[in-house]
Amino acid sequence: MKLLDIKNLSVRFGDANAVPVVDGLDLSVDKGEVLAIVGESGSGKSVTMLALMGLIDPPGVVSADNLQFDGTDMLRLKGRQRRRIVGKDLAMIFQDPMTALNPSYTVGFQIEEVLRQHLQLSAKAARRRALQLLERVEIPAAESRLDAYPHQLSGGMSQRVAIAMAIAAEPKLLIADEPTTALDVTIQAQIMELLLDLQREQDMGLVLITHDLAVVAETAQRVCVMYAGQAVEVGVVPGLFDAPAHPYTEALLKAIPEHSLGARRLATLPGIVPGRFDRPHGCLLAPRCPYAQSNCQAQRPTLDPQVRGAVRCFYPLNQEVA
Amino acid sequence: MLSFIARRLGLLIPTFFGVTLLTFALIRMIPGDPVEVMMGERRVDPVMHAEAMERLGLNKPLYAQYLDYIGQLAQGDLGQSLRTRESVWSEFLTLFPATVELALAALLFAGSLGLIAGVVAALKRGSLFDHGVMGISLAGYSMPIFWWGLLLIMFFSVWLGWTPVSGRIDLLYDIQPVTGFMLIDSLLSGEEGAFVDALRHLILPAIVLGTIPLAVIARMTRSAMLEVLREDYVRTARAKGLSPARVVFVHGLRNALIPVLTVFGLQVGALLAGAVLTETIFSWPGIGKWLIESIGARDYPVVQNGILLIACLVILVNFVVDILYGLANPRIRHQR
Repeated sequence: MKLLDIKNLSVRFGDANAVPVVDGLDLSVDKGEVLAIVGESGSGKSVTMLALMGLIDPPGVVSADNLQFDGTDMLRLKGRQRRRIVGKDLAMIFQDPMTALNPSYTVGFQIEEVLRQHLQLSAKAARRRALQLLERVEIPAAESRLDAYPHQLSGGMSQRVAIAMAIAAEPKLLIADEPTTALDVTIQAQIMELLLDLQREQDMGLVLITHDLAVVAETAQRVCVMYAGQAVEVGVVPGLFDAPAHPYTEALLKAIPEHSLGARRLATLPGIVPGRFDRPHGCLLAPRCPYAQSNCQAQRPTLDPQVRGAVRCFYPLNQEVA
Repeated sequence: MLSFIARRLGLLIPTFFGVTLLTFALIRMIPGDPVEVMMGERRVDPVMHAEAMERLGLNKPLYAQYLDYIGQLAQGDLGQSLRTRESVWSEFLTLFPATVELALAALLFAGSLGLIAGVVAALKRGSLFDHGVMGISLAGYSMPIFWWGLLLIMFFSVWLGWTPVSGRIDLLYDIQPVTGFMLIDSLLSGEEGAFVDALRHLILPAIVLGTIPLAVIARMTRSAMLEVLREDYVRTARAKGLSPARVVFVHGLRNALIPVLTVFGLQVGALLAGAVLTETIFSWPGIGKWLIESIGARDYPVVQNGILLIACLVILVNFVVDILYGLANPRIRHQR
């Protein structure tokens, strides 16, 4: 059984006529697997995971045929039952660590809170465990940091605290929403390494939302490429990198600066993600796609299994090598 | 922290001189003098008038009067009332608890109701309740206190007969002042029904005095809460699987309280100003009524020193609020 199994997930803000922000998404993660979700800003990566966590507020509406995590359909759960899973078996780390921690409480308090909520630890035991967690995420002078307030920590340090909070109850699946985007380049690698260490150590599933394809290539086993709320390609690493099947994936890979070494300009994909008023009738990428044919403008392709993985395109690339 | 306190105390000195100068000048700008007022409607005999003025030291040039006043203050002497011959300090001490009792009751009313209304309005943003609370609080804020007080007296006291019209307690009860707080003294007296009676006397004035702070606190709490609920750390708290109540109160309200607390402190000054009107309307024997009467009688020492004492009080309260603010907000506490 898969750890996470999402079938046909849609998230809309407004009534049924509103343009979906996430549109019929299928996604799965196995126990101990690292899945990367990549895509431009506004492609629905974060919203997908917020929907899983139950953090979409009205007027947002979440619907799915199946939103199964660890054998439970998260959509059918009432608030209290859901809160028994969220924060315990299913935890999340957010993009900006400087704002993700509550400025009014000490680091210790915020970690202990999780331990007391989900593991029913006593105050003393929670504090001891919180100290271990801070040491585990490699925070120097952990003992004194327990009583520090978030504003006394650097960005990288705050993200370590956020990670400690997320892994406190030993989750089965950890969602990291661009965990390094807000950090200095020098810190980014350290944080990624820490996350992967923890993932291996606890055999967690890890969903890594990111812009950074280099990170994906080094860390993920599978990749889901999202565009305008849809999965356009799902594939394994490194196959997807060697031979992308979807024109959008290809464009993303070309846009990596290192691939443009020696060129006068960086490769780009002209245009932007369609908004709510200019959503094409056909393939959502058609207006920007260099390979688009006439039927691409008229019909919308489905996500179909291909030689490797699955692709949402009438004319998938790199299919000749079997 | 010590340097912070020292700096704040240093600010006291210019404020102190400003207040003395202002009250000294303002009370003398009002036409009429204490002797004239005492004589009342009768024609003032110029000889008697001059004699009385000389006795009171009011015939000297203004600068000399001011220097006398400051010299007196420097010796810690607040002077005597021209009307009662009582010392200003002892009159203040007798009347002050009544004002404090009223102000505390008003703050309790405004604080508890304002916080609850503000939080609920923020949680149910855009709902009928939200619009209702915001509309009512705007009306409450804009309402002249004296008119609002008279309106409530008309409705609850005269029409419905639920509450007494004025005073702190019914004349039937003979309550010995122990603490000066009628609610406590009436309990200590052991007289049956005295406490309830004191409470009934307190309700309307407290509501009238608390209305503006209530409106301010409710609006402030709502907007602070709306801001805080959008913060990332509230999302983090929800992602921890905490209960909605814990998210709202522990993670939300705690942070929203920081700006509200500042407003709370500023309201104390407004509260004492409001007390002047409220006490007059309800014949509440406190500092406000005392000052109004003293201004009417041109009782210079009482007006000057009464206002000075109140100014010191407001400064003191704001000082305490600043310290509380540091306690509520770790980001300030650690700025050294």
